[in-house]
Amino acid sequence: MSKLYSGAEIVFKCMEDQNVDHIFGYPGGAVLPIYDELQNFKSIKHVLVRHEQGAGHAAEGYARSSGKPGVILVTSGPGATNVVTALTDAYMDSIPLVCISGQVPTHLIGTDAFQECDTTGITRPCTKHNWLVKDINDLASTIHKAFEVATTGRPGPVLVDIPKDIQFQKTKYNRPKKEKKLNGKSHNHFNQNSIDELIELMSKSSKPIFYTGGGVINSGPKASELLRELVYATGFPITSTLQGLGSFPGDDNQFLGMLGMHGTYEANNAMHDCDLMINIGARFDDRITGKIDEFSPKSKKVHIDIDPSSINKNVKVDLAIVGDVKTVLSSTLKSLKQKKSKFLKSNKQKTSKWWEKIQKWRSVRSLDYIGSEETIKPQYAIERLYELTKDKDSYITTEVGQHQMWAAQHYKFNKPNRWMTSGGLGTMGYGLPAAVGVQVAHPKKLVIDIAGEASVLMTIQEMSTAVQYNLPIKIFILNNQYMGMVRQWQELLHDKNYSESYTAALPDFVKLAEAYNCVGIRAKTPEELDDKIIEMLNTDRPVIFDCMVDKVENCFPMIPSGKPHNQMILGPKDQESKKITGKGKSLV
Amino acid sequence: MPNSKSAYSFSNKKEKFDTHIIVVWVDNETGVLARVVGLFSGRGYNIESLAVAQVDEKLKISRITIVTTGTPQVVNQIKLQLRKLVPVHKVADFKREDKAVIFKEMALFKIVGPNNKLNGALKACKKYNPVLLDKTKKSNVIQITALRREIDKMSKDLKKFGLVSVSRTGAVAMTRGADIFK
Repeated sequence: MSKLYSGAEIVFKCMEDQNVDHIFGYPGGAVLPIYDELQNFKSIKHVLVRHEQGAGHAAEGYARSSGKPGVILVTSGPGATNVVTALTDAYMDSIPLVCISGQVPTHLIGTDAFQECDTTGITRPCTKHNWLVKDINDLASTIHKAFEVATTGRPGPVLVDIPKDIQFQKTKYNRPKKEKKLNGKSHNHFNQNSIDELIELMSKSSKPIFYTGGGVINSGPKASELLRELVYATGFPITSTLQGLGSFPGDDNQFLGMLGMHGTYEANNAMHDCDLMINIGARFDDRITGKIDEFSPKSKKVHIDIDPSSINKNVKVDLAIVGDVKTVLSSTLKSLKQKKSKFLKSNKQKTSKWWEKIQKWRSVRSLDYIGSEETIKPQYAIERLYELTKDKDSYITTEVGQHQMWAAQHYKFNKPNRWMTSGGLGTMGYGLPAAVGVQVAHPKKLVIDIAGEASVLMTIQEMSTAVQYNLPIKIFILNNQYMGMVRQWQELLHDKNYSESYTAALPDFVKLAEAYNCVGIRAKTPEELDDKIIEMLNTDRPVIFDCMVDKVENCFPMIPSGKPHNQMILGPKDQESKKITGKGKSLV
Repeated sequence: MPNSKSAYSFSNKKEKFDTHIIVVWVDNETGVLARVVGLFSGRGYNIESLAVAQVDEKLKISRITIVTTGTPQVVNQIKLQLRKLVPVHKVADFKREDKAVIFKEMALFKIVGPNNKLNGALKACKKYNPVLLDKTKKSNVIQITALRREIDKMSKDLKKFGLVSVSRTGAVAMTRGADIFK
């Protein structure tokens, strides 16, 4: 007879078989049997966070930077509800997470027991799937299936709710079976005809553009390689969404910068005027498309996506290719080489006018800002941070707001999995715990959270986690004392009624750093900025960097409300020289 | 209230809504109906009626029939989103005016009144396969199977005969002929 294992042991046996090396969690009554077993499984290291939301974001940072699923362990009731924000965040940005939550014993479910909540009910809309395990014999297969669901197809979070009595019960352990595709759901639904059609469209186009997104990153590093190959083989311009940054080198001449609400002038205008748009792993999000009726009116649109429900959801497309980006790109490259081996040459002539136009847009230099010698401009701070770190293989996380957009605009990424930011849900407080997770996955690498002072206060408690595990994360706060993006919208769209967007009682971040037993550094002038950044980089401990920046700087360019791509508001320089008139002005 | 200026874009297009009958084959497990219904409410889709029961005891498969309305784009999304749910096996979509598909609903009517009214009610139901399920001196319970709009009409028409209570199922659907939906 084979050995019997308790439910708690089975949880870890499953994790071992799934090659889990780190879990992020917080103990509590309903998971104590699992925590009791932790010490017996040496290959699995537990990272104790200070709040379950932090565990969730740390697991996201871990997953995004490593390509492996992030694993979370929380207790019932408040433990589970605290992790909901992180699960929703992962759901929106397609990040694979497996959350194990404790539940009250089965006989108490439904009695409003202490720390009971309907966890599967609450998390149903923010997970790909979830399970309440009521029979010990289902536990192992459920956990293995949870890993499969989280990581296959379009990745996402899943949750397994395990009542306390199940954690104590014993049964045999079965290793994971190589399961067939879930209910026959395979992920590549395209055929050679679609690929041929794509190549046909590409060879006919004189104003093409690649529009790439997080799907390229999620498809693995190979997909980024293939993307580069394809972009170089075609000579087409390429733009990327917030989530796709890093899949193509940010400093390459063919790269037009990020597109969308705070994207570059050249990227958005090229999207608007193109005759062929090839969307690779992006989802036509509203921050990207602007006014949907006037979105890229003259283009043929191709959409490559692993999720069939992304096709024609927001924008109708002419050619849909449902499949894994990596597989689609490799087929496309193969066919391109076979059929049009001289594509680049024959295409150069055709797209030369298009590139001229793009250069003209580029010459607007939409990311420029008015520099200052007295105050640190936030854009300048990011530029300097980039210049001083670009030779290191650094990992950047962000919070949400102006600093996030400035980071996306001014920090250039050359590799995938180096940029972790909350895009879909826009979760303030994401970056600090995400940096914890990234540093856990990459102990030797430089990990920087580019933060805002408002966002970072939402999860500042995780500094304590960073200190406990000697994770030398750098929290680079662009401190303007405002919720900057809120203030910007209030200035531009709500008649400068700065309702509740100023934080009148901020902590002293340097003293705060000291209180957490890490290092605090403050920079007040542009002159001292470089030295202070270098000081930060030379510190092998967690650092909170309080960068005091211009309080009223706005993030430009910007597509104002309800406008198409070709009606952007540019920065203050442009506004002075051009005088935006008409409707545009009423918005400024 | 003045229109907010800070919304990113406004949709002001009124598109035509069609009625569709969506049939979903799912694993009959805890919470599966909540997943399907939650998908509809969470994404703002309509449910006009809903009928669900297990149809395969061995494989534990339930068949959910949902009557919904939406633009073609929305109906397409409904199907694609449903197919992403883990316990969903297949999804069929029929237009209400589709001639190759049978749609039926069942209704129970309770009539209270004198004999002539009871008989009048039964007669009025004649076209819809009426079955007299219960009869007392003062009351009848009549079962009919018919289309939705026919039952709507009967619920109105029977009022004059002393209709006091109506209970009805959602629509169920099946293709005509020897073919089955794969």
